[in-house]
Amino acid sequence: MMRELLMNQPLMLALTIGVYILAVRIRTRSGIMLLNPMLISMPVIITILWICRIPAQHYLQSTSMLSFMLGPCVVALGLTLYEQRLTIRQYLVPILSAVLVGSVVGVLSVVALCRWLGLDQMMGLSLEPKSVTVPIAMEISKGIGGNTSITAISVALCGLFGGIFGPAIMKILHVKNPIAVGAAIGSASHGIGTARAMELGAIEGAVSGLCIALMGVATSVMVPIINALL
Amino acid sequence: MDIIIGFGILIGFWAAGECLSVLMGHFVPGSVLGMLLLFVALMLKWVKPQHIEKVAHFLTRNMTIFFIPTVMGIMDQWGIIRVNWLGWLAVIVLTTICVMAATGYTVQWTDCLLRKKGGSK
Repeated sequence: MMRELLMNQPLMLALTIGVYILAVRIRTRSGIMLLNPMLISMPVIITILWICRIPAQHYLQSTSMLSFMLGPCVVALGLTLYEQRLTIRQYLVPILSAVLVGSVVGVLSVVALCRWLGLDQMMGLSLEPKSVTVPIAMEISKGIGGNTSITAISVALCGLFGGIFGPAIMKILHVKNPIAVGAAIGSASHGIGTARAMELGAIEGAVSGLCIALMGVATSVMVPIINALL
Repeated sequence: MDIIIGFGILIGFWAAGECLSVLMGHFVPGSVLGMLLLFVALMLKWVKPQHIEKVAHFLTRNMTIFFIPTVMGIMDQWGIIRVNWLGWLAVIVLTTICVMAATGYTVQWTDCLLRKKGGSK
C-alpha cells in the first residue's frame, strides 16, 4: 500500500519541482549566487529517495519528460544571443578568437589528460564538452557516445570550480583586462561562472554571458573534428 | 495565446535545426543549429523578439530544473566515476584552468594588437 502510494509519476515530478523551488529560494535568500539550485537539489532528492526507499529507476523514468524541454532551452539561447548583439559587435574579434581557441584547448586538454591518467574511454567522451552549458554539452555528449549524466554533473562541477576560483586564477595569471576576465570565466564555466562574473563588473558579466552560447556552438563543431583527427 | 505562439516558434526552429542536422550527417546537434537559425531570423527581423520573449526567458531562466533528472541519472553511473574519481576531478579542475588561461590570454593579446593597430593609424 505504502509502496503504491509512493510509486506514482506526478509525485516524483512534484518532488523535483518542489525541491527546485526551495533551492532557488535558498540562493535568493542567502544572496550567494554560486549556490546553484542543481547542487542543492541533487543531494536533497537523493536523500528523500533513499529514506522513502524509492528505486532510482522509478524516479528517473517518472521525471524523464522534463529532459525533453532541454531542446527548446537550447533554441531559446538564440534570443539570448540576439539580446547581446551590441556586445557581440563591440568585442567581436577578441571574443570570437577567445571562443575558438578556448573550444580547441578545452577538448584537446580533456583528451590528453584522460589518456595520460588512463581514464575510461566513455568517461573521456562524456568529459569532452565539459566547458559548455549543460543542455548543449548533453547534446554533444549524446552525439559522440558519451554518457549524458556524467557530462551534466561534470559540466556543473566545472562551472562551480570556475565560479569560485576563476577570479583568483585570473589574478595569478595576471589577466586584468575585464573583457579577458569575462571571456575566460564564461568560456570555462558557462552559466554558473557567469553568475560570479556579473558580480565582478558589467563588462565581465556581459562578455561572460555571451561566451556561453558561442562556446556551445564552437565546441559542437570542434568535438567531431578533433575526434575524427585523433 | 502568445505563449503557444512563442513555444511553437521555438519548436519550429528546433525542428528546422534537426532537419539541417540530418542533412549534415548529425555533425552538429539539431538544437544548436536551431539556436543559430533563430538568431539569424531575429537579426533579419523575420521573427520579432516579443513573440518569443516570454517563453524563451522562462526556459533559459529555469533551465536547471530540466536537467535535474539527467543529473540524477548519476545514481546509475556512480560505478564508472568511483573507479577513478580522483582522475575525474583532476580532469575537471585542470582542464578548466587550461581553458581559462587560453581564453584569457587570447583576449588580452588580441585586444593589445587591436589597440596598437588603432593607435598607429
